[in-house]
Amino acid sequence: MATPSLTTPAPPRPAPRGPAGKRRRKSPGRRAEQWSAFGFAGPSVIGLGLFTLFPVAMAVVMSLFNWPMLGDPTFLGLDNFKYLFGEDPNFGVALRNTFIFTGLYVPLNIIVALALAFWINNSRYAQLWRVLFFIPAITPMVANAVIWKLLLQPDGTFAYYLDSIFGISAPNFLADGRTALLSVVAMSVWQGFGYNLIVFSAAINEMPANVLEAARLDGATGLRKFWSVQLPLMSPAMFFATTMTLITSMQVFTQPYILTAGGPGNATETLVMNVYQAGFQSRDLGLAASGAWILFAIILLITAGQFLGQKKWVHYDH
Amino acid sequence: MTIDAKTSTPRRLKRIVSHVLLAAVALLFLYPLIFAVATALKPPGETFASPPSLIGSDVRWQNFADVFTYVPFHRYILNGLFVAGAGTLVVLAASAMSAYAFASLRWKGRDSLFLVFLATLMVPQEVLVVPMFLLMREFGWVDSYASLIFPWAFTAFGTFLLRQFFRAVPYELHEAARMDGAGPIRIFLRIMLPMAKPALGVLAVFTFINFWNSFLWPLIMINDVSERGTVPLGMQLFFGQNGNQWHLVMAAAVVSVVPTLLLLIALQKHLVKGIATAGLGGR
Repeated sequence: MATPSLTTPAPPRPAPRGPAGKRRRKSPGRRAEQWSAFGFAGPSVIGLGLFTLFPVAMAVVMSLFNWPMLGDPTFLGLDNFKYLFGEDPNFGVALRNTFIFTGLYVPLNIIVALALAFWINNSRYAQLWRVLFFIPAITPMVANAVIWKLLLQPDGTFAYYLDSIFGISAPNFLADGRTALLSVVAMSVWQGFGYNLIVFSAAINEMPANVLEAARLDGATGLRKFWSVQLPLMSPAMFFATTMTLITSMQVFTQPYILTAGGPGNATETLVMNVYQAGFQSRDLGLAASGAWILFAIILLITAGQFLGQKKWVHYDH
Repeated sequence: MTIDAKTSTPRRLKRIVSHVLLAAVALLFLYPLIFAVATALKPPGETFASPPSLIGSDVRWQNFADVFTYVPFHRYILNGLFVAGAGTLVVLAASAMSAYAFASLRWKGRDSLFLVFLATLMVPQEVLVVPMFLLMREFGWVDSYASLIFPWAFTAFGTFLLRQFFRAVPYELHEAARMDGAGPIRIFLRIMLPMAKPALGVLAVFTFINFWNSFLWPLIMINDVSERGTVPLGMQLFFGQNGNQWHLVMAAAVVSVVPTLLLLIALQKHLVKGIATAGLGGR
């Protein structure tokens, strides 16, 4: 069976035609096919229209209104955006925290996943390791976060070992402004890298043996082999992993929500938390929609940047 | 194997050391989960024993039973299973049908509509939740199972994934079935669906897990957690109310992890292929 792939989409294929390649227009069979196509595609088209396209358009409208949860909306123009970037004491901080989180989380995630992928691929039990490291990636995030919250308590396990092994008296990880966001990052890397580990691991397995053999004959070993041969060979997987990880990390919500509730102060408040609070705690849906649009715009910019930049380092030709 | 025969002792030693180190790393990595199970089985008051110990003075299975008496945790589990199960069925049915239409049928507007489908993949959930809340209110679906199931059951992703599989089915197979007088419905049910079984399986498991783990949307939608709460929501409420009862919180966390763990073990063989080929699941 052909293996479809998101990273290298199959080239568009012309509509299947009859064996003779002739296109019979408006024949009864063709019209029947048109109708059955409507039947088959109908549920998805309606569902996607109602639950995705309509809300997206609606979100644009809402962002331009003062839209309280109860009561009538009034038109504001761009005031919501002005408020977020000007007066809102939390939005700028949430934006900054989200960028710091992303800046730490994405590289750490990729490095850990890449290092372990190379390590376990030499092992006879590679499959076992992959499954083990993937466990937290599919267990409920709330459960993962709650477990880490206990570990990070002032008299908890992490604090104890930090003290007994390194002789450092640990800060109150989650309540200290210097360590709270770092704790959220640490927990998130632990939870999330298993996914990229599998992406990389598959890419390593698919490296063409003849290229690796040629590199070996040329005397490329160790770090040189890694930089000049293996890394370029797996650059499509790298591109896929960094893009997806960047997008999801901009959307971080559950980890800080459970671990710190955004605190201390607003030291770990993220963009999505800001949207959630604006909409469903302050009940200002227009403001929440504006915040969400800013998030969307950032994600689009990052993705566009990734796609534009890929020419420089992603090699699809092997 | 010839390679093994040639392997010198230092090389073998290196391999053993690598495995021992790897096992140590894995153990360290799994420590939070082991710790959760251990704490869930300890008597109350021994959570913060110093030095930390995984084994308490007593193994209390009772803690797990207590979770279910403190809050209606069985209810959360049933709700979660129902929402995830129903959601997965809708996703599979809708995606498979539209994937078939996009992959194998000829109709006007097909390719441009498919582009629209692909474009929706870019939209983050957070942009949708605010207007979706209003939509649910219009539907009278606030605080309902339907609100947890339907808004996220029509994803372009499933359509995209299955379409790729359907396209791999040889055209001659269609034509032969058509010659035998099979209509589109028959071809879909008898030829296409069986061919896509592995893809359907992987899509089902990851969809189920995504529904089961979903947190932000239920948090917005569900007011009566004890009636309609799912497991993450129940966990969070339980945590809020019994935050100092860590042994019970850990027991609840362990219970919530079990279904996803079972699915992971069942999926194990397809895991790598599923992720590598489709970028499925896991957030």
